[in-house]
Amino acid sequence: MNLTLKIWRQKNANDKGKLVDYKINDVSPDMSFLEMLDVLNEQLINKGDDPVAFDHDCREGICGMCSLYINGEAHGPDRGITTCQLHMRMFKDGDTIFIEPFRATAFPVIKDLVVDRTAFDRIQHAGGFISVNTSGNTIDANAIPINKHDADTAFEAATCIGCGACVASCKNSSAMLFVGAKVSQFALLPQGKVEATERVLNMVKQMDEEGFGNCTNTGACEVECPKGISLENIARMNREYLSASLKG
Amino acid sequence: MSGILNSSIGRKFAMALSAFFLMFFLLQHFAINVTSVFSADTFNETSHFMGTNPLIQYVLQPILLFGVIFHFVMGFVLEIKNKKARQISYAKNNGAANSSWMSRNMIWSGLAILAFMGLHFYDFWFPEINTKFIEGDMSGLLADGSGYRYYEELQHKFVDIWRVALYCIAFVFLALHLLHGFNSAFQSVGANNKYTKGLKGFGKAYAILIPLGFVIIALYHHFNHIS
Ligand code: HEM
Ligand code: SF4
Ligand code: FES
Repeated sequence: MNLTLKIWRQKNANDKGKLVDYKINDVSPDMSFLEMLDVLNEQLINKGDDPVAFDHDCREGICGMCSLYINGEAHGPDRGITTCQLHMRMFKDGDTIFIEPFRATAFPVIKDLVVDRTAFDRIQHAGGFISVNTSGNTIDANAIPINKHDADTAFEAATCIGCGACVASCKNSSAMLFVGAKVSQFALLPQGKVEATERVLNMVKQMDEEGFGNCTNTGACEVECPKGISLENIARMNREYLSASLKG
Repeated sequence: MSGILNSSIGRKFAMALSAFFLMFFLLQHFAINVTSVFSADTFNETSHFMGTNPLIQYVLQPILLFGVIFHFVMGFVLEIKNKKARQISYAKNNGAANSSWMSRNMIWSGLAILAFMGLHFYDFWFPEINTKFIEGDMSGLLADGSGYRYYEELQHKFVDIWRVALYCIAFVFLALHLLHGFNSAFQSVGANNKYTKGLKGFGKAYAILIPLGFVIIALYHHFNHIS
């Protein structure tokens, strides 16, 4: 396949940045999207140009590092996948492909397609954990009986990989799907109940301070999430938050 | 509890509460208007009751006014905050791939409703306030005293085809607003379960049938008066 790529190039956080056109030929439909970018970068390096910076790590859909807004969608046109799992067979010979960074005020561009998603880390630090005594007297988690449905729902919430596609897809750059998942995975379990009140209050406070927008319930996040995190998690977070604010 | 409006979830919750209130009001408004098609007398009597009952006038009406103003002001506040959350927009964005047009354009359907409410207040509410509280005529009677004035005023308003057309257009936007809004409000207050999923169809029916009903009433009076 021969393709035209329109890639966002930006030297650093302060640079204005712009879309730059690149032609790439003989792309195999079996390549992953990131492999296609690797090939482009090799060509750029051979010409003495600056390669395109993009995030990636595991390249198997588990780390959440790869990002990219491809042809107007987070992680491209396919469903239930990350960019590293996107294949070039999703495109046609002669296509023009827009490749942009995830856009949100809370996710500033560092270089080209690489954005700073540490806002998510700060939200996690604000409450996305349980405090366990690890000095030799920990209780085996399996020793506490947990309703199967709750365990499954908590586990589904816990599959969120923190990629940020929900924020990137949301017209309001809202982080509520991510935070909803992180709140839910503990809210449903006995171990999480102990700190439930402060957890949700602190995480939502941090989310707001980072400058993410407000949810309009468009559902774009759920559709684009590579892990299929459900909007029910946002509703659960809303409930947790509202009852926590009545208590606290 | 204090400062709940300073949080994103608190604002959404308040937005949804005001929306529930407005949707309930809309239903009540519709129920009264419908009587005008079947019986001028019932419409007149109900209108007179609504317009002069002290509980409705001095307690419920101010609450309604507050609810409306709160809803659209908060709508603007959220819109501004949400725009600030993404200062650089995408060169290519495929919103239709993951969300409905209605959900992405609540502010535009809302603005259309607001414009309509300007016209609606000019047509009905300001004259009411003028007659009742400035001229001090609480009787609800026609100038010649031959009966209640409400039905006649209603018919008079729907003579002009342009006004009827504007009403119809506004109700299309209301339907679009509610097609997303009805179910969205449940999600905002944290209700997303098998019951609210069952309400989806009801929400769609409400969003289409109630505005359609208002449109039919307007058309009825327009053509009824001409013929
Ligand atoms: C007066 C002009 C109006 C404006 C400017 C307006 C604006 C808005 C906006 C911007 C939203 C989305 C808020 C968000 O981001 O979640 C919204 C939601 C909503 N509106 Fe309105 N609106 C208006 C009138 C109405 C009326 C008359 C009704 C009902 C009869 C209504 C019902 C709703 C509902 C049900 C929602 C969903 C609430 C939620 O998601 O929690 N709106 N409105
Ligand atoms: S909720 Fe989904 S889209 Fe959002 S960060 Fe988690 S895995 Fe990514
Ligand atoms: S590189 Fe790890 S999920 Fe894509």
